[in-house]
Amino acid sequence: MTVTVEEGTRAAGRSRPDGPRRPRPRESYALFLLPGVLAFLAVVIVPFLMNTGVSFTEWQGIGTPKWTGLANYRELLDDAEFWASFRHSLFMVVAMAAVPTAIGLVLAAALFDYVAKHLGARVAAVLRACFYLPQVLPIAVAGIVWSWILAPDNGSLNALLKAVGLGSWQQDWLGDPDLALYSVMAVMVWVQIGFPLVVFMAGLQRVDPQLYEAAELDGAGWWRRFWHITLPQIRPETSVVLTWCTIAALKVFGAVYVLTKGGPGGATDVPSYFSFSTFFEKTQVGYGAAISTVLTVLILALSLVGLRLQTRAEDTAEGVRA
Amino acid sequence: MTVALRRYPVLAALCLAALFMVVPFLIVAVNAVKSPAEYAANGPLSLPDGLYLDGIEDFWNRVDYGRKLLNSVLISGSVAVLAAVLSLLNAYAIGIGRIRGRAWVLAFFVLANMLPQEALVYPVYYLSKQTGLYDTRLSVIIVFTVVQAAFGTYLLSSVLGRFPREIIEAARIDGASRWQILWRIVVPVSRPTLGVLLVFFFIWTWNEFLLPLVMLISNDNQTVSVALGVLQGQRLMDATMTNAAALLGVLPALVFFLVFQRTLTRGIAVGAVK
Repeated sequence: MTVTVEEGTRAAGRSRPDGPRRPRPRESYALFLLPGVLAFLAVVIVPFLMNTGVSFTEWQGIGTPKWTGLANYRELLDDAEFWASFRHSLFMVVAMAAVPTAIGLVLAAALFDYVAKHLGARVAAVLRACFYLPQVLPIAVAGIVWSWILAPDNGSLNALLKAVGLGSWQQDWLGDPDLALYSVMAVMVWVQIGFPLVVFMAGLQRVDPQLYEAAELDGAGWWRRFWHITLPQIRPETSVVLTWCTIAALKVFGAVYVLTKGGPGGATDVPSYFSFSTFFEKTQVGYGAAISTVLTVLILALSLVGLRLQTRAEDTAEGVRA
Repeated sequence: MTVALRRYPVLAALCLAALFMVVPFLIVAVNAVKSPAEYAANGPLSLPDGLYLDGIEDFWNRVDYGRKLLNSVLISGSVAVLAAVLSLLNAYAIGIGRIRGRAWVLAFFVLANMLPQEALVYPVYYLSKQTGLYDTRLSVIIVFTVVQAAFGTYLLSSVLGRFPREIIEAARIDGASRWQILWRIVVPVSRPTLGVLLVFFFIWTWNEFLLPLVMLISNDNQTVSVALGVLQGQRLMDATMTNAAALLGVLPALVFFLVFQRTLTRGIAVGAVK
């Protein structure tokens, strides 16, 4: 007990780690952590606690917040707009996690096991680059590109439909409440697909090629090899990609802001846009804080699941290497 | 022969899919160099008659695009460097120093990184107003340095955790201080990982939208992403100018992509399963 205290004071008294007599290792390394921890407290932890605190109040952003306990949360339960925004989140999970992961798996397997093998790694790399390209684009720019392509008058998609004789299929893709959510989903698939593809292609590199060769000799077709070798072998990557993409889908903001601003009539509203507009347009800060707190709880829960999966993925990867 | 016949439909399908990914870029490039009259006459699908660059020039001047580029470079560059340094200091203590309770410290950084920005945005906005940092590029630099450093800490800690101990022991016996070991040994050896982090931090910050949208309201401070997003929201532009804006937004991303393609694709895999 006394020993620990002594060590602690000695380390605290010594602020320069390169002094003539070195303190015990653990204590002096902790000093390297100091800037990081302080910056984190100031930029992440304190604002996060403030946000949670404000969610129990009624506040317009000026004046003193009025404590209302759980009133905001009770109001949320009856708020159709709130439920709609989370329902749209589920659609976003389909568009940003489920569909890109499924397509990414097939594409990665096709590029790795087919194109790279028969046509060369170069062709595979070029194709991979094409699919990855939208991932480096600022989402605001992707939004501009697509809202023009999907524009009702003179938009490229409608012009294309007309040109190939399908003029009757022309739509106001982002302005029709029945279609807007699906249009945004299609754009998000385009944006998102490169991420799983790249992760899966990297994952496939640790699969023993002999597995494929043996299966091919046994006469297994491409789909059987995909189903019985590729899928089981890259299961760790699959669960990690699914979790991270789901989290990204819950956070989606920029695309909705630029493409539809949550409209028409709330048809594409998502929690992050809902909280943003509650904060800054309706200036109901307490209510906005409650929305974002619910979103945070959801995301943190998912993140914990994701971290668990990731640790398990690392163990599996190490098992394969060993 | 049969193999070849079976092979090409698949390749054709893949190429078609890849083309679908790239077509939006091509169509934007094509329409950005059309004159409004040409666009009105022939629609968005025709090839341009010639190079009409007035739309791009108009847009550049109208939004002071050079200034936006400078802001984006300044903010993203500062964040990349500062966040890499902060990640390095954290990871040095966690990965090499093996400080007590490091698992908890790491979990703290990781979870903080996963908090949605929606849960920070109002307090950050409010606090920055109180401290006079609102609508300054510095405010955005500070916030993103911390947010990106959380991911960097996570990634670098696992890399430094496997750092060969013998090298560090040898340096210590030769009388190197911890500070010297960090800069003269750990940094040079971890240069590849640090490179990946710098590229990622730069591009992620470049693409950020929500916080810069809230924090940078004056025209002089806005980044490329915010300026384009806000303009699009207002729907003030005609079709050719929209395409000019899109093209100017795409070009920097394309340059990063071509320059950093290998780092990006390798790094994203490392980041996902490390």
